Amino acid sequence: MTRMDESLGPSGAAGGSRAWRATLLTLGIFAAVAPAFLLESFQLFQLTMAVIMALAVLGLNIVTGYNGQISLGHGAFFAVGAYVTAILMSHFDWSFWATLPVAALVCAAVGYGVGFPALRLGGLYLALTTFSLAVAVPQILKHKALEDWTGGVQGLFLVKPDPPFGLAVTPDQWMYLSVVAVAALCFWGTWNLVHSRIGRALMAIRDNPTAAQAMGMDISALKTKTFAASAMVTGIAGALSAVAIEFVAPDSFTFGVSITLFVGMVVGGVASILGSLFGGLFVLFVPNIAEAISKAAPGVIYGVILILFLFLLPGGFAGLLRQIAARLTRRRP
Amino acid sequence: MTTRRQLLGTGAALLAAPGIARAQETPGVTATEIRIGNTMPYSGPASAYGSIGRSHQAFFRMINDQGGIAGRKINFITYDDGYSPPKTVEQVRRLVEQDKVALLFNTLGTPTNSAIVRYVNQRKVPHLFVSTGADKWGNYQDTPWTIGWQPSYRTEAQIYAKHMLATRPDARLGLLYQNDDFGKDYVAGVRDVLGPRFDSVVKAVSHEVTDPTIDSQVVTLQGSGADVLLTATTPKFAAQTIRKVFDVGWRSAIHYLTNVSISVGTVMDPAGPEKGVGIITSAYLKDPTDAGWNADPGMNEWRAFMQKYIPDGDMKDGSYPFAYGVAQTMLQVLKQCDMDLSRERMMKEVANIRDFVPATLIPGIKVATSPTNFHPIRQMQLQKWTGTTWERFGGVLEGTSI
Repeated sequence: MTRMDESLGPSGAAGGSRAWRATLLTLGIFAAVAPAFLLESFQLFQLTMAVIMALAVLGLNIVTGYNGQISLGHGAFFAVGAYVTAILMSHFDWSFWATLPVAALVCAAVGYGVGFPALRLGGLYLALTTFSLAVAVPQILKHKALEDWTGGVQGLFLVKPDPPFGLAVTPDQWMYLSVVAVAALCFWGTWNLVHSRIGRALMAIRDNPTAAQAMGMDISALKTKTFAASAMVTGIAGALSAVAIEFVAPDSFTFGVSITLFVGMVVGGVASILGSLFGGLFVLFVPNIAEAISKAAPGVIYGVILILFLFLLPGGFAGLLRQIAARLTRRRP
Repeated sequence: MTTRRQLLGTGAALLAAPGIARAQETPGVTATEIRIGNTMPYSGPASAYGSIGRSHQAFFRMINDQGGIAGRKINFITYDDGYSPPKTVEQVRRLVEQDKVALLFNTLGTPTNSAIVRYVNQRKVPHLFVSTGADKWGNYQDTPWTIGWQPSYRTEAQIYAKHMLATRPDARLGLLYQNDDFGKDYVAGVRDVLGPRFDSVVKAVSHEVTDPTIDSQVVTLQGSGADVLLTATTPKFAAQTIRKVFDVGWRSAIHYLTNVSISVGTVMDPAGPEKGVGIITSAYLKDPTDAGWNADPGMNEWRAFMQKYIPDGDMKDGSYPFAYGVAQTMLQVLKQCDMDLSRERMMKEVANIRDFVPATLIPGIKVATSPTNFHPIRQMQLQKWTGTTWERFGGVLEGTSI
């Protein structure tokens, strides 16, 4: 589970010329923006949701993939992010963009709080503790004391932001572009984080805590901060989902969300940034495929696809990419 | 000869043209088919209701076998939403924008329908006969494209309150309700009937879904001097209530119980069947396990349908008669549209159902709507627990107009 193939410094292998990087970046931006103008609005909505799930999976990957702390409760952060945005938008008429930093901060604070018990609990115990958080959140949202804010079982309605400055795009296109921009920012930030000195420390703590401590790393500070960063990214994804769906209710955030994120992370590739993107696509689209095959037991089909996938690609999607990359680089010289 | 043939051909084309042109205006209606969209929890916590979706698929297959409706076959497209509101939004957008369905029919669940109600009303897509007992689907002013079907919880509470006033005019009512929109609909229904007298007659006590027991609530109600009890809560708490009321020796004159919690297997048996003797609840569908319907023509029609189209279906599952009745209502609306299948005409006919009688409804109960009544079924019959089964009694009762 904690054995990772990703080298600590891939910059050596990927370090092409500056022009090559610029081309890649342009192509990437083009590939991300093009769907907004090529797809029909429904498919665009699906893709928006997939990017949001990818972002949520990325958040989980920071703490579980890179830092080795298993969390089965990231659905809770997703819910908190969604509700912060929903409450600010529907009760206080905040603009969507203004709610994002607040949602991020609140989730980071909650994540930091959860990070403390995580220090004493390892492995399976931590998994169970975080899972209980995911189970508790929908009930807390329904609680009488919070009902005036959360709307109780009825949930809250909100409205997708209109494109600014009379931009000639539909709200769906604008939503997609906003989500892609926010997600790109988070992916870029995470990339920098895990490829920095701190990122190497996180992985060192995951792979050998004793050695890491011996080298002078402050394990408890790093672990709690990682939890905060991870919760923040997943919370931002939750905030985006609230606006894309235009509705939040406790039933939208059952513990199933946490499991979904976990599945996305494993299928995409543990401790892989690109894998998170694939994980988001997988958890959104594969259930639809399963359902198209059988309406009598879509869950069974989904399970079979999942097992086949893990059997054929044990390292997840990212593992496959690494294999291909390894072969290509071997042939080059 | 050729000229006459051409003339005839042109004439026929001209005659047919308006019909075709009009049909093409409505998404999902072509010369040969009508596309109907639906979401169901085929997976997830509410997957037991998936049988409703399977029944609809079979029902529309039967209609197509019989030649379809308005010269067209029905293409029923149903997707799994796992009872998760975000997934419902996704699937409904797929139905409306990609599959281009003419209307949505019997989408299931209160939170799931809440998530899509604004979207479908903005798009003016008929959102018909949704599968939930919440009262808000009858709000024709704010959501004119959405309508429910089954009697709402609020209607049910009105019926109990009316029955109570008729049998014990000076009763004092203890009301135990679950603190969510389901339970609160019962408070609203009792208030509809009692009006200003509500505060002097009713002692209302709520509990949370998360509470371990409702013992203290029962004791509070007994202490308040109430002699009639209305329990509006989900099965686990209903069983606890029946047991506790019996154990504390409270012999209330009447005990009404929401029909959400009348399952023999999950409520009456766990509570102790002898402890609930005399409890009153209500019904609007013919219970497939009730021997009284063995020779009933409507139920025979339903059994024939089951045998031919769902031979492996569970004949005791009450979801099937429900699905059959609501699908018949849908068919009735399409028949009333009389070839004009525009969405506006559909809604006009949805609000113009006059005393339609589906095969699986208790005799005397009718489906009726009007432009100011979006509660299609407002009648129920009471039934009493005998210790072994529910026994219907009295005539059909109707809720109040609000």
